Amino acid sequence: MSAPTSRESQPTGAQGDGNGAAPERAPLTGRRFEPSQPPAPPARAMAPFARRVERRRHVTDRGVAVIVTGAFLLALAPLISLLYTVVSKGMARFDAEFFSVSMRGIISEGGGAYHAILGTLIITGLATLAAVPVGVMCAIYLQEYGTGRLKRAITFFVDVMTGIPSIVAGLFAFAAFALFLGPGIRLGVMGSVALSVLMIPIVVRSTEEMLRIVPQALREASYALGVPKWKTITKVVLPTALAGIVTGVMLSVARIIGETAPLLITTGVFSSVNVDPFDGRMQNLAVFAFNEYKSPGVPPEPSFERAWAAALTLILIVMALNVIARLVYRRYGTELR
Amino acid sequence: MSAVTDITGIGHPGGSRRLGDRVFQGLATGAGVLILVVLAGVAGFLLIEAWPAITANAADIPGGEGLVKYIWPLAFGTLVAATIAIIFAVPMAVAVALFISHFAPRRIANVLSYVIDLLAAIPSIIYGLWGIAVLGPASTGVLNWLEGNLGFLPFFEGPASSTGRTMLVAGLVLGVMILPIITAVTRSVFTQTPRRLQEGALALGATRWEMIRMTVLPFGRSAIISGSMLGLGRALGETMAVAILLSVSGGVTFNLIGSGNPSTIAAHIALDFPESSGLDVNALIAAGLVLFAVTLVINMAARAIINREVRY
Repeated sequence: MSAPTSRESQPTGAQGDGNGAAPERAPLTGRRFEPSQPPAPPARAMAPFARRVERRRHVTDRGVAVIVTGAFLLALAPLISLLYTVVSKGMARFDAEFFSVSMRGIISEGGGAYHAILGTLIITGLATLAAVPVGVMCAIYLQEYGTGRLKRAITFFVDVMTGIPSIVAGLFAFAAFALFLGPGIRLGVMGSVALSVLMIPIVVRSTEEMLRIVPQALREASYALGVPKWKTITKVVLPTALAGIVTGVMLSVARIIGETAPLLITTGVFSSVNVDPFDGRMQNLAVFAFNEYKSPGVPPEPSFERAWAAALTLILIVMALNVIARLVYRRYGTELR
Repeated sequence: MSAVTDITGIGHPGGSRRLGDRVFQGLATGAGVLILVVLAGVAGFLLIEAWPAITANAADIPGGEGLVKYIWPLAFGTLVAATIAIIFAVPMAVAVALFISHFAPRRIANVLSYVIDLLAAIPSIIYGLWGIAVLGPASTGVLNWLEGNLGFLPFFEGPASSTGRTMLVAGLVLGVMILPIITAVTRSVFTQTPRRLQEGALALGATRWEMIRMTVLPFGRSAIISGSMLGLGRALGETMAVAILLSVSGGVTFNLIGSGNPSTIAAHIALDFPESSGLDVNALIAAGLVLFAVTLVINMAARAIINREVRY
């Protein structure tokens, strides 16, 4: 504050002197110089005004800093509240029985999510098996081969595909299977198809990113040794980017493992163990949580507790995948940087 | 000997190349084309399965008044929920993005953006459970206050729900869910604001906020727009949080704090699909086709804006 004030006090003194003595223009007009438009206010009068402006500017600046920081903290509030709620409510049934028995023949108390956990692993595993080769190969096309309009079109639609609502992916899988296998069909593999539609664009994006940071010099060194391009990609580029690709795949699994809507309409609801994705309904953790909450038994509390325990299991899986993925990248992926 | 011909083959993509190269390139290109095929397949299969409902007699559609009358309240509910989400999320997301890019200490900025990304990692079903168990009950006081003090507005005319399972709360939960994507898009552009602009503004005596207002925000304006559109697409298609949280009566109403709300397309499909058969399934798929078309257009527009910006 002191710097601007002192800067402005300089001309104030100079002009003040001019006003008190003979102003330079006065002899020409014979009277005080008064132009028609309002004169610039003398700087002596400006000083408090300037201070006020300065003060307002700095108050605004501080205010924005406070608001922006507050917004960040406010954005954290739901995360903290949600994690606290899931952990505190989920602990009630987070026991051995929950992980070892299914819901077969269970009406109120007891029961578990064994069948749902198996289903989650099978459905997600199949989806990953389908999505990773397609996604990685597509990324290789975009990064190593693609040119012109086809590349631009694929890049654009991969981005667009990341925005497909998950329920639409589920409807797509249902529509495709129902067309050939008749209406009312529910299979584990249908869920995998729906999930792979959601997963492919995420894998493409992250893999492309990882291929991009593989140094061009590595490729050229390989070419210089007479290695053909496809071997350069499989033996040099992919191994170099492997940690990053694995990280991306794990993050994409974390994104889809909690999907509920597409599985609700493709794999259905089931209370017993089913490990054959090509035969009949299959339960999944997220659908399990939804179903236990939406249609509870009598009394409802045991169902609600199972739903929260399933939610806690899901969050732990998702968090573990996120943390491990980042550890993998930090441990094995740093050389790329 | 063959190695020599191989090398020349590499340098000239049009020249003779090894079989392995051609096969591998074919596979890669095929995977890329497959993406386009899948996207076309989504539209195609939905259209095929929706067709019986599109061509059916109006009386056979659930509700008995035709497909448009059937989908309209759902589309209305979808728009209302997404609008509320956007109103909450965009200012918050921009503020959070600014905090991470220009206010937080540089060293912890990465950690902070990772924490925000965690919001996106949480499965939507869990947001629904949280909404119904925590946010809904916690919001009843606010809902009652809105009814009492702003009840003259059609949005808050009441009677206020006693469970908090209202459109306003559902929109708020959606807002939390789409915050990370908007933050991610805007933050990445905010951090790309040219240093010379920022430092020029500071050198002219601008405060930090004036510098942001004069350089960062104008530079990031199209990112804010496209990020908001991506968020809008997410909010329109978000299913489970709404399905489990919202208390639905089906009518069209602007009352955001009551217990009778219009459902959304996605939530309606998720809730009705397991118990539907015959033409009802086709009608649900037709609703899904509408949702797909709307989100596709919004996403394409958003991506087009982002891409134009990247080229610049």
